Amino acid sequence: MIENLNILITEIYKVFLLLIPILTAIAMIVWLDRRVWAFVQKRRGPNVVGPFGLFQSLADALKYIFKEIIIPASANKIIFILAPIVTMTLALISWAVIPFSEEIVLANINVGILYLFAVSSLGVYGIIMGGWASNSKYPFLGAIRSAAQMVSYEVSIGVIIINVLLCVGSLNLTDIVLAQENLWFIVPLFPMFVIFFISALAETNRPPFDLPEAEAELVAGYQTEYSGMMYAMFWLGEYANILLMCSMGSILFLGGWLSPIDLYPFTLVPAPLWLILKILLLFILFALVKAIVPRYRYDQLMKLGWKIFLPLSLTWVVLTASYLFYFNLLPVN
Amino acid sequence: MKLSRILKTVLLIDFINGLIIAIKESFKSKKTLNYPFEKGKISPRFRGEHALRRYPNGEERCIACKLCEAVCPAQAITIESTEREDGSRKTTRYDIDMLKCIYCGLCEESCPVDAIVQGPNFEFSTETREELYYNKEKLLDNGDRWESLLAANIKADNPYR
Repeated sequence: MIENLNILITEIYKVFLLLIPILTAIAMIVWLDRRVWAFVQKRRGPNVVGPFGLFQSLADALKYIFKEIIIPASANKIIFILAPIVTMTLALISWAVIPFSEEIVLANINVGILYLFAVSSLGVYGIIMGGWASNSKYPFLGAIRSAAQMVSYEVSIGVIIINVLLCVGSLNLTDIVLAQENLWFIVPLFPMFVIFFISALAETNRPPFDLPEAEAELVAGYQTEYSGMMYAMFWLGEYANILLMCSMGSILFLGGWLSPIDLYPFTLVPAPLWLILKILLLFILFALVKAIVPRYRYDQLMKLGWKIFLPLSLTWVVLTASYLFYFNLLPVN
Repeated sequence: MKLSRILKTVLLIDFINGLIIAIKESFKSKKTLNYPFEKGKISPRFRGEHALRRYPNGEERCIACKLCEAVCPAQAITIESTEREDGSRKTTRYDIDMLKCIYCGLCEESCPVDAIVQGPNFEFSTETREELYYNKEKLLDNGDRWESLLAANIKADNPYR
């Protein structure tokens, strides 16, 4: 009994050790996002709260906490309250399998990438629940859009992951990173990396694919009826998902925690720092894209997903498989 | 479609060009001000918060001619006056409802003695409506506070009047 309790406490301790830095990182990343966006537009961005405005997100969070939560009279109360909770929980639990170095990983499970993929697919439920339970037209339209969008782009992300798995021969995220010791997968699979990046933008409802919350036509999409802390939870979940997609991209294509060159000054840098740097790099790219690209039309979005990305990534699977098979390079376990 | 156009689309040329421009622009100097800490330059003609001025000897400039009250298109000004013992006409009441005021500057232009002026201050928001019903005291106080700037502005704007 006491042994079990001990295990439970250590696990909870580990979870908090993972969760607190991630929540802090999300707060910082929101600041970074706004700052990069402002810099591209030659504005200053948030720079008042704390050094360089670093604590802006904390100030915002405090504001959200003290705001009143308004539940519309005709809303389905239970689902309405559940939706942001589902979004945020799903965005956070996927972090359990992300390896920060060979040793630092909360759950080193054998089907890591499958778990990641499954949980990120579930993320759409939070949005659908929020949109449906609001019982109002704009959230409903936003939810329908986001459901269609996320389902379409998940397909191509799945196929892209198959590409990587063909080269690795394992679903374990640690194995995927270790397989890139000689060559990062961004080199042989570069087109797949580009498609993955664009699909990740669509998957996380980022501009230019932010149709679910297109403010010009849908007010704020599925978040329209939300206020206070519930809105903040949607917002946190969204950024947690973005961060997750960035880390997924760096693990699948940019060699995770591996240093770019296996030479003296680079090996001194601790492994998790390399992963964080790669995530940051990808995130800055995310933020830059937000600043420069106009929003897609809905039919263009669907066309891009189904008629271009899906055939392209499927073709690449065939190419990769035949190349590996012909030169007898298939990974053997 | 032309081959060059297809290549341009597939290789994301336009997108990459955009990214390069965005990165270049983000290192250039900022065009916005750090507002509460640094403020933009405003013209001497700027029509901000009202003020009633005094002569250097401390006597009020206003002679209660009520031209401003008459010209005010929003009817925001209310004036009452009496005759003093020395025969001069002075105001007993000079109210401006800042919520009615449209900041057109006609009161300032109609004033024959430069008594009512609109100063450079535009940061006088309050938390209650009542605080924005300015009376004579408040306006004279404003005049005393901004006098040096007001005088300089009137002088700078004089050639164009």
